[in-house]
Amino acid sequence: MSESPSPLAELVKARVREFMREPGYVFWVFGFPVLLAVGLGIAFRERPPELPRVAVVTEADPARTSALFSAQGRVLTERLPRAQAERALARTKVDLLVDPGPDGLLLRFDPAQERSRLARVVVEDILQRGAGRRDVLAVREQTVSEVGSRYVDFLVPGLIGLNLMGSSMWGIGFNLVLARKRRLLRRYAVTPMHRAHFLLAYFFSRSIFLALELALLIGFGKLFFGTQIRGSVLDVVALGVVGAASFAAISLIVGSRLDNTEVANGWMNFVMLPMWILSGSFFSYERFPEWLRLPIRLLPLTAVNDALRAVYNDGASLLGVGFELGVLVAWGAVGFLVALKAFRWQ
Amino acid sequence: MKRYGDKVAVNGVDLDVETGECFGLLGPNGAGKTTTVEMLEGLYQPNAGSIELFGLAWGRGQDGEIRERFGVQLQETQLADKLTVAEVLKLFRSFYRRGRPVDELISLLALEEERNRYFSRLSGGQKQRVAVGCALVGDPELLFLDEPTTGLDPRARKSLWTIVERYREQGRSVLLTTHYMEEAAALCDRVAVMDQGKIIALGTPRALVDSLGMVQFVEFEVTRPLEEAPLSALPSVASVVSRGQHYRLRVDRSLAALSSVLDELARQDVQPIGLSTHQATLDDVFLHLTGRALEQRTEKA
Repeated sequence: MSESPSPLAELVKARVREFMREPGYVFWVFGFPVLLAVGLGIAFRERPPELPRVAVVTEADPARTSALFSAQGRVLTERLPRAQAERALARTKVDLLVDPGPDGLLLRFDPAQERSRLARVVVEDILQRGAGRRDVLAVREQTVSEVGSRYVDFLVPGLIGLNLMGSSMWGIGFNLVLARKRRLLRRYAVTPMHRAHFLLAYFFSRSIFLALELALLIGFGKLFFGTQIRGSVLDVVALGVVGAASFAAISLIVGSRLDNTEVANGWMNFVMLPMWILSGSFFSYERFPEWLRLPIRLLPLTAVNDALRAVYNDGASLLGVGFELGVLVAWGAVGFLVALKAFRWQ
Repeated sequence: MKRYGDKVAVNGVDLDVETGECFGLLGPNGAGKTTTVEMLEGLYQPNAGSIELFGLAWGRGQDGEIRERFGVQLQETQLADKLTVAEVLKLFRSFYRRGRPVDELISLLALEEERNRYFSRLSGGQKQRVAVGCALVGDPELLFLDEPTTGLDPRARKSLWTIVERYREQGRSVLLTTHYMEEAAALCDRVAVMDQGKIIALGTPRALVDSLGMVQFVEFEVTRPLEEAPLSALPSVASVVSRGQHYRLRVDRSLAALSSVLDELARQDVQPIGLSTHQATLDDVFLHLTGRALEQRTEKA
């Protein structure tokens, strides 16, 4: 005879060990989102503004246009024969063309192009100063890039949302299908193990990983991109818990009966792919037509993303994201009820 | 009785396993052995009939109580790959109120060296010992083993038998299914032979074999045709079955029987190839009852 260990603790330990010992799982849950954040963060980082490109025809008076060639950092200037310069302008390879005019210089450009209008202002300023104009008012400038309105500030909450969905779906739904396929579920079913312990073990192990995932993504965003949570960190955690529970319920439906991992794979993608595209993790769903937006807002991933962004970037409280919380709770409740009805141990 | 659609898997199976007994369900794949034990284990509800374990019935609010008292090794269960032997056993130990210490169990299973090895890294025989260990960890009064040695080599099979025998030394009961008659003969006090969902014979292995009479079997092959009638006419020969050039004769258990068969072959000037004789086994009982060999269809399993 021996002292009985706690079944709940043992089940949770088993789930955590199985996860941590499978490098593939660890990568997809922890490594992949960070890589995604790095990749997208770099691709969409704030770039220095592009300089106006200017062509000076060779026939123009070098004395009058030399200022353009010494104004590095404000324009990109090249000297071209007229025919070639005109072709470059027509193909928008240059934004503006400098030609000798009747009593000075002729600036040729397409006013429909914003960059060309900008080039015109910059080029004239350089030329006038080069010709000896003196400014009468002293003006200084200061550049601003505000945290909270950059692409990474949009991206990081979206990645947290994606991760909540992915790890709940794979970690619970797919794991159940795998256990059923391996006939492990029916093996448990012939022991006196309490059914509630089994499901609670999923809940607790999921919570442990959720804490790690949130800490990782929030910390990573802060360290590498300087993203800041304007609202409360606790609200982000609360949204994480509600979101994870909601996705867990949906994944339970997928995992309630299937015993074939390939079929389960298909269902997982069927559930997740539309949300990857529609729910605004990478770009705003405002780009979809008006009539699609309400259905999109009713998707659980959209709700998580919108709520997280509101807390992250607008400093909203949980009360401010009531609609999104409602969507998540509804999905969670309906999901659990359906899964309970449908669940099979074998 | 258990029905799947309109296919009846098990019908009219009526059996009692006594305390301290090892009871064997013997039969080919598809005979209904697994369905029978899985109904007993509470995994399926019978469509008709009743099941009692320790005087308790399923579905009356005592299911948990019943499950505390038996241990199960199911067919084809794959335990968690990335848990060690000790972790798997401790996990299953936690499900039971009472049970055996994990260390004691590991030495009973002779898995001391594999204690901290992942389940996925074990050999087939070692995996099966862990599966039986999970069945023993709750110190059960009744042990269900569903084809415990299918697919194992003879050494792994013997080491599993040793574990079962040591469990039985404590006066506990076993219900075992197998399609190896050798296994049934080695472990079981009583055997029920199943075929097509029915029990076709029940008794001790000895009694079942003896029911064939005091017989032995003579088998041989020939290179040219043989006249069967004079063989059948021999007083010591009970029956002659031929399949192509293969002959199988049921003869009475005496030296004279064998020599009379050999004399007749010599008279016909036939040279027997691969001549062998053996005592009747449970396999012959099955062959006698159904006209089909027991292991022939199942060897690949």
